[in-house]
Amino acid sequence: MGEKVLMKGNEAIAESAIRAGCMHYFGYPITPQTEIAAYMAKRMPKVGGVFLQAESEIAAINMVLGVAATGKRVMTSSSSPGVSLKSEGISYIAGSDVPALIVNVQRGGPGLGGIQPSQSDYFQAVKGGSHGDFKKVVLAPASVQEMADLTATAFDLADKYRVPAMILADGTLGQMMEPVELPDSAPKAFDKPWALTGTKCQRKHNICNSLYLKPEELEKTNFERFARYKEIEENEVLFEEYLMDDAEICVVSFGITARVAKNAIVEARAKGIKVGMIRPITLWPFPEKVLRAAADKCKAFLSVEMNMGQMIEDIKLATECKKPVYLCNRTGGMIPSPEEVLAKIVEINEGGDR
Amino acid sequence: MSACNILFAGFGGQGILFAGKFVAYKGLLENKQVSWLPSYGPEMRGGTANCSVIVSDEPIGSPIVGKPDVLVAMNLPSLDKYENEVVSGGKIFIDSTLITRKVERTDVDVFYIPATEIANEKGMSTLANMIITGKLLKEVPMIGFDGIDAPLSKVVSARHQDLLEVNKTALKLGYDY
Repeated sequence: MGEKVLMKGNEAIAESAIRAGCMHYFGYPITPQTEIAAYMAKRMPKVGGVFLQAESEIAAINMVLGVAATGKRVMTSSSSPGVSLKSEGISYIAGSDVPALIVNVQRGGPGLGGIQPSQSDYFQAVKGGSHGDFKKVVLAPASVQEMADLTATAFDLADKYRVPAMILADGTLGQMMEPVELPDSAPKAFDKPWALTGTKCQRKHNICNSLYLKPEELEKTNFERFARYKEIEENEVLFEEYLMDDAEICVVSFGITARVAKNAIVEARAKGIKVGMIRPITLWPFPEKVLRAAADKCKAFLSVEMNMGQMIEDIKLATECKKPVYLCNRTGGMIPSPEEVLAKIVEINEGGDR
Repeated sequence: MSACNILFAGFGGQGILFAGKFVAYKGLLENKQVSWLPSYGPEMRGGTANCSVIVSDEPIGSPIVGKPDVLVAMNLPSLDKYENEVVSGGKIFIDSTLITRKVERTDVDVFYIPATEIANEKGMSTLANMIITGKLLKEVPMIGFDGIDAPLSKVVSARHQDLLEVNKTALKLGYDY
């Protein structure tokens, strides 16, 4: 590891991607992720990589598909409305079984929405977000260090399972600076016998395609793909537990709101309230087992989100509705304050909000 | 837990974000936990600019400073907006060239520094931000004045290293005011 430097979250993603061996970036500008593209524009020519500002988000994601088919590490980044435009291409990437990284630095929506931070693309990220039977690995960083670390993780998981991976961040994490230590180690190498690299007339040619006109074949590829998803669900769940040992109230929150919730939890603990947090780091696969176990110990859950309550549905599923799940939320670019979260924790502790 | 929550606020072009970054880097190089969060978007383009800086001995939760221990106000709208958010016993630093009214609260320490006027007099008109920051370093022990060279050389870009000395002078002018 190198020395600690102050970096914006967006820049940390870009630098980490280059260090992870990503030599191809395709994008189209949009606030609040622009620093990723700007950083790539500056760095890629110096490291022999490709930075290309496409004519649209749709063009960019299809360029990503093209490079992904050759087995090279490739990424794009955008913010909410831009990611919607990319959704067709993401489905094609999943359907072609090729690895790629998509970064969504979320802003408020729907529609053109606003440019302030939001988490309202949770459904889009974890529930498919475009047509067809597919999933993508979704990682939710909560610090600038994690913006860097999870970018490398995302490339590794994408390569390992031949799936698209997404970093689901937000405007706050993209714009803020924190100390970050970037890895100096060489990126992990993965065998890619499926890649389109030219046969040199020495092997049978590979095909990268998402079109299957025979339903039996399409069903078979979907079953095979979901067998890989099962492996991901079994092996790749990431989460952080915070003060959960004796917790009676379990806050569930990801990304920047988990940081806000931590402040509130510290305050609530000072008042003698037994509250902790489970912070999903992978949103898919969702940390179901740890939440189900918590449902046997805790009396209530509190989902803290910057949307109208999206992850709360997955919490209810994971906990099998054994205990009430409450919501503390802001939306449209507003960020909940620690005081708001604390007030909700106090209310739940006193048995209110039924 | 020892933490200092600072809000720098003013208008775009005053070097609000730069001053914040300097303070954050100073904390980082002193092995403290730090975070820096700017306002972004339309308000930066001709309107108010602000940034939240937290320097702490403990890991930082929310990077958003809603209730600052220290407010640096470099224009009137910033003071109007944030005066009542400062914690009781907190500190407010005011560019008294640009803000002619006094702080109404009596439960905070207020420092009036004619930073813009000093900067203009000394021929460093773009460095009012660092003059007022110099005063902050003096009055906020958690940040402190010692060891300003290293963080300055981190935040002054490589091709402008000739501006190191004048930044240092600006910090000293504020410190001595």
